[in-house]
Amino acid sequence: MYEHLETAENRDSLKRVVVDPVSRVEGHGKDTLLLDADNKIQQARLHIVEFRGFERFIQGRPYWELPVLVQRLCGICPVSHHLAAAKSIDQLVGVDPENLPVSAEKLRRLLHFGQVLQSHALHFFHLSSPDLLFGFESAIGKRNIIGVLADHPDIAVQGVTLRKYGQEVIRMVSGKRIHGTGAIAGGMNKALSRAERDYLLADIDQIIKWAAVAVALVKKVHCANLPYYDEFATIRSNYLGLVKADGALELYHGGIRASNAAGESIMDHIDYCRYNEFIHEEVRSWTYMKFPYLLALGKENGSYRVGPLARVNLCDFISTPLAEAARVEFKAHSPEAMVHSTLAFHWARLIEALHCAESIKELLHDADLLGGELVAQGEKRYEGIGVIEAPRGTLFHHYQVDENDIVTKANLIVSTTSNNSAMNESVRQVAAEYLSGRELTEPLLNNLEVAIRAYDPCLSCATHAVGKMPLQLELCDAEGTLLDTLIKHSDGNIERI
Amino acid sequence: MATLSGFELKPILVFGYGNLSRGDDALGPLLLEYIGQQADAVLGSVDILCDFQLQIEHALDLEHRDLVLFADASVACTQAFAFAELSPVRDDSYTTHAMSPAAVLAVYQTIKKQPPPPCFLLSIKGERFELGEGLSVGAQGNLTAACRFAQELLADVDVAAWRQLVSG
Repeated sequence: MYEHLETAENRDSLKRVVVDPVSRVEGHGKDTLLLDADNKIQQARLHIVEFRGFERFIQGRPYWELPVLVQRLCGICPVSHHLAAAKSIDQLVGVDPENLPVSAEKLRRLLHFGQVLQSHALHFFHLSSPDLLFGFESAIGKRNIIGVLADHPDIAVQGVTLRKYGQEVIRMVSGKRIHGTGAIAGGMNKALSRAERDYLLADIDQIIKWAAVAVALVKKVHCANLPYYDEFATIRSNYLGLVKADGALELYHGGIRASNAAGESIMDHIDYCRYNEFIHEEVRSWTYMKFPYLLALGKENGSYRVGPLARVNLCDFISTPLAEAARVEFKAHSPEAMVHSTLAFHWARLIEALHCAESIKELLHDADLLGGELVAQGEKRYEGIGVIEAPRGTLFHHYQVDENDIVTKANLIVSTTSNNSAMNESVRQVAAEYLSGRELTEPLLNNLEVAIRAYDPCLSCATHAVGKMPLQLELCDAEGTLLDTLIKHSDGNIERI
Repeated sequence: MATLSGFELKPILVFGYGNLSRGDDALGPLLLEYIGQQADAVLGSVDILCDFQLQIEHALDLEHRDLVLFADASVACTQAFAFAELSPVRDDSYTTHAMSPAAVLAVYQTIKKQPPPPCFLLSIKGERFELGEGLSVGAQGNLTAACRFAQELLADVDVAAWRQLVSG
């Protein structure tokens, strides 16, 4: 609908506004807007400075290093990379998912639920709740977690504790908060001890309660602002994600389901090892980031969204009771077959967080976590594919190894790449509907960031050198002359040059 | 949260953060590796904690500590390393996935409604932060100097003594 804003015809005569980097996203993003003399938007793009060196980083390493090595690709969702790599190398040692020992699979699920819970808690409470609670154009000094702590202390403390609990699940299962070696080829390297199980059980009822409160909060905020929340940055897209064989929401292992904007099936229960037959990636000249699309629909119509909104839309039900009740309410709020509101990502994210908390409790009462067979073995293979639903969406790891067990080829499709087309369309929608014709100010530009943040993009920014992430805003006139520059330094000071 | 028996907290926390596979970003974790090799007499009172980056929940790791040392790579260092005492600050790092240690202290102060324990930052000068790179030559020398300094700090875990060593 807003594709005409991807590339303007008379680019040289337009004013250029750059928001660089987009804050409160993982990594480095940059918005560029081209405006005419009346401040009407003629072009809007989101540039993601994506690091394309994953494959080079991995190739040449022995496969058994992968579960630990790939955690260093991302400081925010290392466990997702860890598990996707582990699922891949299961196949390299001849172990298919159905042959993974029961205890090992349950431990991996527990690890994954902990990861998704902590990631979703961080995103909502720390990065998004300031916008949702104070308003997208509220004072910048208030739009942060400290502002939330000051005005909504209970909510903020619950957010910190949910995040901490998820991290503790990871630490108990994998032995460490980071660089853990929980998952290994064909299984897991340790079971949960009774002390660790009891430690996690002690707080789980409180965690479920707070997760349910968070769902109620985001629903209240969303529904109190209708129809604005259903229209802001909203696009009617295709959706893709994993589902269980019975159609239930699935985060660890399932078949690929894709549906169109009307909720009609494009594909269902497809073995993810065949992903190459259905998904291709398009390259565009103005960005290094690729644009994946469903081959059956072609480049023009085949882009799709992944992540919480996709998963909650696609599944037939959720297996845990509180999250299922929340899903039913979520779906009922929209008159359409699919909920397309981009801001509904937040609502769906917290429904998943609640599902994770409930699932953690179920698993902690399962004796299989405490022992039993942990590792299976099979015959060596030369290719392995692991797919998992990471917090931000479907994550693909694909490896080939040689006779010496050295990785010769690696291909990763991360969830943010899958959402690239959708994020750009949302940016164009916000630029056209909310910014065009108005004088640009920081609160107005925050609308662009709100749209991008809803997707929770993650750009492998595990490095964090102090002082390397200033925010710079440039304003140029119709001749391209730089008129004004604002820099927000890492200490919060804003300088006009 | 509940406490896990067998996981008793020690009074001193050394918290290094960074990514081992991103060049000089590994300086914080590598300093931890060095400290981890120290004698039991030192480690008896010291907890070592490593993470990729600082986040809000790390405020809870400061609870029940007498003294905290953060260790991180920094491009802003003018010397091999810098040693500073931290105060809670509401800086711009609240808006990113990676918070500053001063911001973590501010979160602690807000949620616990009390001042954080004495916290210090050992910044080690780094130059290159690319995925897959090892330490730069310059950073290797800086790490050696910082490890020596950290050893000195842990030999006398006294707030007043540490304050005497703060970089001018």
